[in-house]
This record gives sequence, C-alpha cells and structure tokens, in this order.
Amino acid sequence: MKNGSSHSHHILPPRVYLGVGAALLILTAITVAVSFFNFGPYNLLVAMLIAAGKASLVALFFMHLKYDNKLYMTIFVASVVFLAVFIILTMFDTLRRDDIYDIGAGPIRDRAVMYDSVAVDSTITGADSIEAVSDTTINQSPGQ
Amino acid sequence: MNELPTKSYLNDPKGLKSWLLTLDHKRIGLLYLFSIMAAFALGGIFAMLIRLELLSPGKDFMEADTYNQLFTLHGAIMIFLFIIPSIPAILGNFALPLMIGAKDVAFPRLNLASWYIYILGSAFAVYSMVAGAADTGWTFYTPYSTETTTSVISMTLGAFILGFSSIFTGLNFIVTIHKLRSPGMSWFKMPLFVWGLYATAIIQVLATPVLGITLLLLIIERVAGIGIFDPAMGGDPVLYQHFFWFYSHPAVYIMILPGMGIISELISVFSNKKIFGYKAIAFSSLGIAFVSFLVWGHHMFVSGQSELAAMIFSFLTFFVGIPSGIKVFNWVTTMYRGSISLKTPMLYALSFLFLFTIGGLTGIFLGALSVDVHLHDTYFIVAHFHYVMMGGTVMAFLGGVHYWWPKIWGRMYSELWARISVALIFVGFNVTFFSQFILGSQGMPRRYYNYLDQYQPLHAFSTYGSWILGLGFVIMAVYLVHSLFKGRVAGSNPWGALTFEWTTASPPPHENFATIPETTHGPYDFDKIVPKRTLTED
Ligand SMILES: [Cu+2]
Repeated sequence: MKNGSSHSHHILPPRVYLGVGAALLILTAITVAVSFFNFGPYNLLVAMLIAAGKASLVALFFMHLKYDNKLYMTIFVASVVFLAVFIILTMFDTLRRDDIYDIGAGPIRDRAVMYDSVAVDSTITGADSIEAVSDTTINQSPGQ
Repeated sequence: MNELPTKSYLNDPKGLKSWLLTLDHKRIGLLYLFSIMAAFALGGIFAMLIRLELLSPGKDFMEADTYNQLFTLHGAIMIFLFIIPSIPAILGNFALPLMIGAKDVAFPRLNLASWYIYILGSAFAVYSMVAGAADTGWTFYTPYSTETTTSVISMTLGAFILGFSSIFTGLNFIVTIHKLRSPGMSWFKMPLFVWGLYATAIIQVLATPVLGITLLLLIIERVAGIGIFDPAMGGDPVLYQHFFWFYSHPAVYIMILPGMGIISELISVFSNKKIFGYKAIAFSSLGIAFVSFLVWGHHMFVSGQSELAAMIFSFLTFFVGIPSGIKVFNWVTTMYRGSISLKTPMLYALSFLFLFTIGGLTGIFLGALSVDVHLHDTYFIVAHFHYVMMGGTVMAFLGGVHYWWPKIWGRMYSELWARISVALIFVGFNVTFFSQFILGSQGMPRRYYNYLDQYQPLHAFSTYGSWILGLGFVIMAVYLVHSLFKGRVAGSNPWGALTFEWTTASPPPHENFATIPETTHGPYDFDKIVPKRTLTED
C-alpha cells in the first residue's frame, strides 16, 4: 500500500474464495432441496432468505464490500432499506385489501364491465371477480 | 458611487459559443434561468386560459377536450419543467459554489450536461403539445393513461428525461458540498440554503429513479401490452399510484426544501440578526427528507387502498408537521427583536411565512382520513397545493431571485416597482386561491370543465384574482429587464449579508474569488460583525 489510501485493494487468500464458493454451492443445493417441501405461504420467504444469504456472500467477499471503505457498505445497506420500505408499505395495501369488504384483488376478465361498451349481464360464465362482488353486501354492480 | 467591474463572468469570455459550451456554474445557472422562465411563462399562460374558461359555467371559448389538455399541460410543465428545477438549478447553481467559497461545482461538465438534458426533455414535452397533448392530468394515472389516444408517451418520456437532469444536479451538489467547502467551513458553518440544497439533493438522487421506472413501466404497458397496471391483463392500477407517489410525494420536498433554505437566508439577513436555532433548522431539513419517503399513501385514501395502509399513511403524515413547524417557529423567533428592513426579498419571505403556514396546516386537514374523504379531488386540494407550491416555493424563489439579482447582474431593480409587484402578487394569489378552499369545501370537484351555477361567484372571484396575479408578474418582468440596462450599480454587498458570495465583486469574476476565502465566522454572526453595506441611501 504505497499510497496509503483507504482505497487500496485488499488481497484475500484463495481459501476464502474457495470457502465462499463452496458455501454458495451448498446453498444452491439447499435451494433445490427445499423446493421438494411445501411450506405453504412461507415458500417464498424460505426461497428469498436463502437467495438473500447468497447475495450477501457475493457482495461481502467477492465484491469486497466487507473490506472496503465503510461508506460503501452504508450506502449499500441504506439502498436495501429504502427498497424494503417501498415494498413493505405497499404490501400493507395489497395484502390487506379485503379486510373490511371481502373483495380480494385479482385480475379482471377481458370482458369485465369497464372494458365493455355494452352493459354486462350477470349470466356471463367464469366471472370470478364479478360474482365475488355480487356476493357481498355492496348493492352495486361494479359498472355503475 | 459603485462601479461595475470591467471583467466579470458575464462578459469574459464573449460570444454565443462561450455561453453554450460554458462550464461556469454561474453561466449554467443563467442558461437555466432563461429556459425555466420560458417554461414558467408558458405554464402561466395555460393557467390564465384555464381560469378564463372557468369564469362562467359551460363553454366559454374552448372545448372540453382542450380544457383537459390545458390543465394537464399546466400541471406537467409547472411541476417538471418549472418548479422542480427552479431553485436548485437556477439559484443553487449560481449561489452554492459562491456560498461555500468554491471556484465551481465538483463536476462542471455534468452540470452543463444536465442543462442539455433539461432542454432535450423539454423538447419532448413541447413535441407532445403539438402532437395532441396528453389529457390525463400531470399524474398520468392508469388505466386511463394506457388507453387515451393522446400523446402520453412523449410527455412521460419528457418527464423521464427531465428526471436525469434532476439527478445530475443533485449528485453534483452532494459531491460539491462534501468536497469543496472552503477551509474552515465545517458542516455547521454552512449557510442554511446549502443545507436545504443538500437535503434536496439526497431526495433527488434517491427518489427520481423511481419516477423513471414508473413512467417506463407505463410506456411498456402501452407499447408492448404487458400487464402491470391494467387489471384486464392481471395488473393493479393502484400499484401505479404507489409507484407514482413514492416519487412524487418526496418530490414535493424537492420543491419546498431549497425554498425553505432561501427563507432562512432572507429572514436572518433582513432582520440583521443571527438565525435562531441553526441546528434545528438544518436537521429539520434532513428530517423532512426522511419522513417524506414514508407518507406517499396519503394521496390514495380513496383509491381502493386497504384501510390498514390508509391508517398507517395517515398516521405517518402527521409527522411532517413537526419539522415544518420547527422551521416556522425558528424563523419567527429570528425576527423577534431583530432590526427588520422590509426590502423586496423580505416581503417575499414574509409572504412565504403566511402562505406556507396556511398551505401546511390545510395539509394536516387532508392527512386526516375522514376529512380527506370529503375533500379529496375537490378545489380544496387545488388550493392546498397552490398555497404550498406557489405560496411557498414560488414566493421563496422570487425572494431568492430578488436577493441574488444584484449579485447576478451587478445592478439593482427598482425597489418601488418591486414592492408594487409583490403586493399585487400577494393579493392576487390569495384572491385566486383562498376562494378555492371555500369552493372545495362546498364540493366543487377539481379538473371539471363545467360546474353548477351556485359555484359561479367564487369561480369568477378566483379568475379575477388570476388577473391581478398575472399583472404582478408582467410588472416584474418589465422592471427586472429594465434593471439590466438602467439599474443602479449594486456593489459587492448591497444587503449587508455575511455569506461568502457577498465578499466578491458583483457580478463575480469567472473564478468567483481572487483568493479562496477562509471561514472566520459563522454565516449569520450579525451579533459579532457589522458588515459594510455597499448601498446605504434609504
Ligand atoms: Cu404527499
């Protein structure tokens, strides 16, 4: 480190790289293994946790975030938090839309009322979302 | 008698090419000044036409479709072409390096690039006007924006490109503030305008990309038919609003924070008194920047968003009142027992205090869930955000323009005409927009082309106000242009301020300072230092 700057590249011994590489392979194997189990609603969570662990290993060791100026780590973590805020607060909406009225969010059929120039009668088959609405206490068809 | 310096950034070097390829932050600030003022004039003319059409119910002189396009253009131009870049790109560019004792911003080429990108984005916006202007409102809500046949794509592409200009400016300012402060200028010796710009720059860099992503998704849905927001294709139209307001609420603070920075300068200088609560003002800027990312759902209370989310967002929204209140109290306390001189910039600062407080407090009404259900999408909203944006940001911007005008050109405007103009603008503004609070609370919906007869008196009143307002701006344009040729020579420090920009010549030389100044006192140490004013007669 001739110039003595905090920017100089940290050289890691090969065994660290090999160790991290092995850990990544093991985590990949685990990803495949857990896909044979059904955790119900937690399937996504499990998969995301493993993926996040792998991504952290890559960022920390292969991309040297662990040994670099702490400013980069701060910016990296801050941006992850920032993204998390956006997703979590949005989830408070999208996951809880049917709290009071039991109308869940779901795709509207192509021939849903708002996409139709002619008024739709209730006899159309396969109208999941329309039926869901008419089952509730709301006395309006969604087109009105 | 003061003399203009023979050589300044204005005349050295000469020639059109030297302006178009300039790397001087002061010249880039002026390039922005002219282009942004052109946008402001255009948006203002649209506003006048809208008010004129609303003078009486039914059709006066334009079709309903034209009306829809005009309010969209008014909104989009005023937001994306005028108010977001106004203070950072014009006054920030001009004053920031001067205020921290630097020769220029950290990346002068990036700075020039940001102006060309601004021009490119504006070109797209202007093109969309010619090619059948969008009629969606400036928010481009889906599903309508994916269906209308008007030129949504070129307008959103324009906003997308303008976003990069904003990011470049923000990035530049962050690095400049971190790296180029003069020797001895610690963080807490920075002028508060610099703190305002810093907080703004953080939001610009963090939030603007989200707007870019949103508009790209919209374009992808329109062009490629991929279902993201359209429920017929499995998308979620409310998701668009999440995306849009995740940027656009913080963007409100991109608009207001630098304005608050200007107000801190003005109130301290024209009260000739040390600012009260320096650190509280500085940190409340950062506090506002932080809270601004957590409240976007308050635009969506009646969108079909879940009740839980609405409650959380309503709760979080009230926190915005705390840092804003801290600032207002600190400004008022600064004036307390100061020796206040009611020069034009100070008149704008006082207008800001009144109007911003009204705008802020009505924001509390709107943050309350039950009240918002009644007031949502009425003229109450229109009045509220015009009090914040025009009564707040534009007043601060005009105050800043009048404050730094003698530094920019070396000459003074006519104080008499400036006061007449500020009076007209203040009165005209309140006539135009206070009536809209009442209209809205009585149920007049915004963006409507026609209305019931019962609303006519207030609509007419509002339209008369817009004429007073317009007259104020015409007078301003005349005396400002006149001052460039005939104005009294101002000298380096006409106001008796203590920040660095007033220690160099007006207009400053190309390299800003003969020698890099050193920080020996705080920016508002009026209790310790009596600065020498170069204009005394009055
Ligand atoms: Cu908001």
